[in-house]
Amino acid sequence: MQERLKELQAEAIQKVDQSAGLKELNDIRVAYLGKKGPITEVLRGMGKLSAEERPVIGALANEVREAIAAKIEAKQSALEEAAVQEKLAAESIDVTLPGRPVKAGNHHPLTKIIEEIEDLFIGMGYEIAEGPEVEQDYYNFEALNLPKGHPARDMQDSFYITEEILLRTHTSPVQARTMEKHQGKGPIKIICPGKVYRRDNDDATHSHQFMQIEGLVVGENIRMSDLKGTLNVFAKKMFGEDREIRLRPSFFPFTEPSVEMDISCKMCGGHGCNVCKHTGWIEILGAGMVHPNVLEMAGYDSKKYTGFAFGMGPERIAMLKYGVDDIRHFYTNDVRFLNQFAIEE
Amino acid sequence: MFVSYKWLQEYVDLSGVTPAELAEKITKSGIEVEGVEILNEGIKNVVVGYVVEREQHPNATKLNKCLVDIGEGEPVQIICGAPNVDKGQKVAVAKVGARLPGGVKIKRAKLRGEESNGMICSLQELGIESKLIQKEYSEGIFVFPADAEVGTDALDLLGRDDQILELGLTPNRADCLSMLGVAYEVAAILGREVKLPETNLESAEEKASDYVTVTVEAKEDNPLYVAKVIKNVKISNSPLWMQARLMSAGIRPHNNVVDITNYILLEYGQPLHAFDYDRLGSKQILVRRAADGEKFITLDDVERTLTSDHLVITNGKEPVALAGVMGGANSEVTSDTTTVLLESAYFNGATIRKASKDHGLRSEASARYEKGIDPNRVRPAGERAAYLMAKYAGGEVLEGTAEVDVLTVEPAVVSITLEKINRVLGTDIQMKEVKDIFDRLQFDAVIEDDTITVTAPTRRGDIKIEEDLIEEVARLFGYDNIPYTLPIGSTTPGKLSEYQKKRRVVRQFLEGAGLYQAVTYSLTSEQKAAQFALENRDTIRLAMPMSEDRSVLRLSILPQLLEVLKYNSARQNDSLAVYETGNVFLANGTDVQPEESEHLAAAITGLWHHHSWQGEKKPVDFFVAKGILEGLFDRLGLTNRVEYVQAQVEGMHPGRTAEIRLNGAKIGFVGQVHPSVQKEFDLKDTYVFELSLKAVLNEETNALQYQSIPRFPSITRDIALVADKETVSGSLKSIILEAGAPLLKDAEVFDLYQGDKMEAGKKSIAFSLKYMDPERTLTDEEVTKVHDRVLNALAEKAGAVLRG
Repeated sequence: MQERLKELQAEAIQKVDQSAGLKELNDIRVAYLGKKGPITEVLRGMGKLSAEERPVIGALANEVREAIAAKIEAKQSALEEAAVQEKLAAESIDVTLPGRPVKAGNHHPLTKIIEEIEDLFIGMGYEIAEGPEVEQDYYNFEALNLPKGHPARDMQDSFYITEEILLRTHTSPVQARTMEKHQGKGPIKIICPGKVYRRDNDDATHSHQFMQIEGLVVGENIRMSDLKGTLNVFAKKMFGEDREIRLRPSFFPFTEPSVEMDISCKMCGGHGCNVCKHTGWIEILGAGMVHPNVLEMAGYDSKKYTGFAFGMGPERIAMLKYGVDDIRHFYTNDVRFLNQFAIEE
Repeated sequence: MFVSYKWLQEYVDLSGVTPAELAEKITKSGIEVEGVEILNEGIKNVVVGYVVEREQHPNATKLNKCLVDIGEGEPVQIICGAPNVDKGQKVAVAKVGARLPGGVKIKRAKLRGEESNGMICSLQELGIESKLIQKEYSEGIFVFPADAEVGTDALDLLGRDDQILELGLTPNRADCLSMLGVAYEVAAILGREVKLPETNLESAEEKASDYVTVTVEAKEDNPLYVAKVIKNVKISNSPLWMQARLMSAGIRPHNNVVDITNYILLEYGQPLHAFDYDRLGSKQILVRRAADGEKFITLDDVERTLTSDHLVITNGKEPVALAGVMGGANSEVTSDTTTVLLESAYFNGATIRKASKDHGLRSEASARYEKGIDPNRVRPAGERAAYLMAKYAGGEVLEGTAEVDVLTVEPAVVSITLEKINRVLGTDIQMKEVKDIFDRLQFDAVIEDDTITVTAPTRRGDIKIEEDLIEEVARLFGYDNIPYTLPIGSTTPGKLSEYQKKRRVVRQFLEGAGLYQAVTYSLTSEQKAAQFALENRDTIRLAMPMSEDRSVLRLSILPQLLEVLKYNSARQNDSLAVYETGNVFLANGTDVQPEESEHLAAAITGLWHHHSWQGEKKPVDFFVAKGILEGLFDRLGLTNRVEYVQAQVEGMHPGRTAEIRLNGAKIGFVGQVHPSVQKEFDLKDTYVFELSLKAVLNEETNALQYQSIPRFPSITRDIALVADKETVSGSLKSIILEAGAPLLKDAEVFDLYQGDKMEAGKKSIAFSLKYMDPERTLTDEEVTKVHDRVLNALAEKAGAVLRG
């Protein structure tokens, strides 16, 4: 009987080893361990055994049963695992295929520049002032020390609608309006971005419509050195810490003294190249101390108050910063142009 | 203003300062030098040659065979195509091995079988612009005066061994429209002296006043008129050095008399005019305003019709010059002129400006009058010109002048304290330094205690107030020497306004939703200006547009965005979504500033979603556009105040357009562009919206308030309704929400069917209703009670019943 059990064990284990599927394995389980199986049969015949043999055979039979069960269990796990692996293998994908696109547009490059400048000056305590694009001659010219017949009006040939109403030629009227609103009291610290218009034929460097950003600070002790310091902070934050600035005297009717600000050329590091026309410097903006006539017209006592103002062109800054070669790109809105400005630097 | 470095040396010692260094110094102290041109750059081995023989080329009728002495032993043979080359001329010869502008290299060559050892040059070939070349040489080679020495450098003789500084003058620095003005500026920068030009004059015995009388009627326009008379002049070419200087300043040489007037214009900044005395037709000069409609032929042979705005110089009867702008053909100096009447006058800038503008004649003279000339240079300039005419035109200058002088000249006297200078500049400059600066400028300056009183010379008409003095100090002290500081005093909070903050939210939301921001022009055509306009207003037209396409201010943004889509579609980008925020302009009546309203517009065309390898392709539809708007209003907290109502908008699809209402008022529309308009723009189906961003962003929103998260489950019941086809889901939803309040929290459409299984004129629409009580779990009975109420309301108010 012992031999019979051993034989059964060996036989079952061999079959388990050879089995290739879960179904077959189950058949083996039923065949060997089932109620009608050979081991059960052996146990049924135990009654005929002596009292000494009975526990020995009983123990052996259980041992054999457990051994077979364990073997089946192990094999089953192996087969199940293999099945999972096979399923996963079948599910594998080409991970190099493109993902589902997430739609996203982005800021126009001019908005990108303007918001960057706005944020920079907000950090220095400025507010953003806005004003009408169709202006009265008074705010566009006269309040800025440009009386009728002034030769400097030539500098900005304008789109008039009537004799007194025109498309603003600069964002400076916002300064005049803001000062007027403050009724002769300081301090004022504002940045004025917006669209402006001039009678220019559109070409690679001219546009009849373009953007401008102006800044104005009015207070009781505003100095030219404050203008220089402010512009220096702006230039370094906007164009890089390694840039130098230089002020050159210039002329604007609404400021006196007037200056233009250059920054050192990034391309050549100031040694001179085509970008800076071999000067080592690139012109960025115009600025100056607010003309006393402008202060007085807006109701400020020019003996007590001083101020500085500056103005720049976002197109020019974008062209310099991003290397854009034609101002018309900003207004054509070719998506192959627009989508290049999605990147956050 | 073009400034010759060599010429400038006559007035200021420039030793030790190269042209490039000088340019840098001038730029840094106030006048931008826009460029420095080296006149003889890239040119070498061009000498004066003497044409010993000339004969026609044996094989070519248009070529000449010349034997030219170039100062190197035997004369050389040169073939020359110029029509005016001839025996006995002194000419510019580019020798074999010479270099000419544009990288041209002269080699020994054979032209039609004849050897040519060099090239006889025109001035154009030496890098001089055609418009600057005296007429007689503009079609051929240049002929030097007989005394030019053979073999010497032809370019040096032509004054081309020079560098030209191009000054970009701002309107306030009209003083530098003259060599003398520039000399004063440079002398101040370098701290050197100014040498004034020679005017030492020997007069004839006859008096100018015997030849002519001067009367001025329009004294405000012309407070000073000085006439000099020069007799026995011989008209010929001016000396080569003078021609060279004129050309380097951008003026074409004519003859000695005319060249001298132009030379003085450049030297003194004082415009002069030379009349042929014998052609004046009278012995008097009368300056007056023209009569309206008076006709006059200027020396460019154009007949001008004058008005009473224009000042004319007359012979007592008819005009002989348009004052300060251009002389008349009737009194022009010609080669036969022997007596010259020389005008040196002070004309009012505004009067000259008007005339030059009206006639489109901007001359060197008018530009100077317009910007203001130095009243104290009117006489010396006339004297100097007469001196040069005596010297270079062989003339006899008559004694004295004939003149009218009612001009009062008062130099500006301005005082300022040292404290103010330092307070405005943020510097610590000493009085001694300030005084030194004014001394260098040759401004009289008197110090009394802390105050310096400055008398500005009349040449510097731009100096009027304290700030002008501060600028002079600042620019010569050097902006580099001003410290870097930041404003002190009370701080101001830097921030965006609520409106500006929300505008940025709108932009970010739309870009996150897949739209590119566009920026387009405010000016458009009459036809496009009002297309898709939200408000029916008059268009605003420019008085003088540059083109019809940019003549009117826009009333809407959409036409421009459709243009953007069209542009991109034509370039293989036919699936695109763009938006723009910007002002539109609403007329308020004529001569009144229009109202400006900020709009938001978006346009979407082509495929909204496209994922090709997974086979997903979804063209844009109404609900894409509307979904973006719903998301936007959600973000702005306005969802409950906005509704969409079926509407007719011109240019839009009649069945696929909704008016957008905020608190019941129309603020814009959303929908499909009318197929005919789509066709007009060559677009596929395109969905758009435009609305008043101003209305949206000015809407006050509720403060953000936390709502507790429900702790009890909700109960959902779905209903499928049969309703009339015309009944819109929005009105059914309103009925449901109203009848189900307060337990009913939401009702959502989840199915819509209007196929042939429905009875004619009916559709099936299914809603999912969500009931909830925040305080407890609802029982089935409670929900059923409310739900029945909802169903009854639907049947009663909309005839919508459960689908059987």
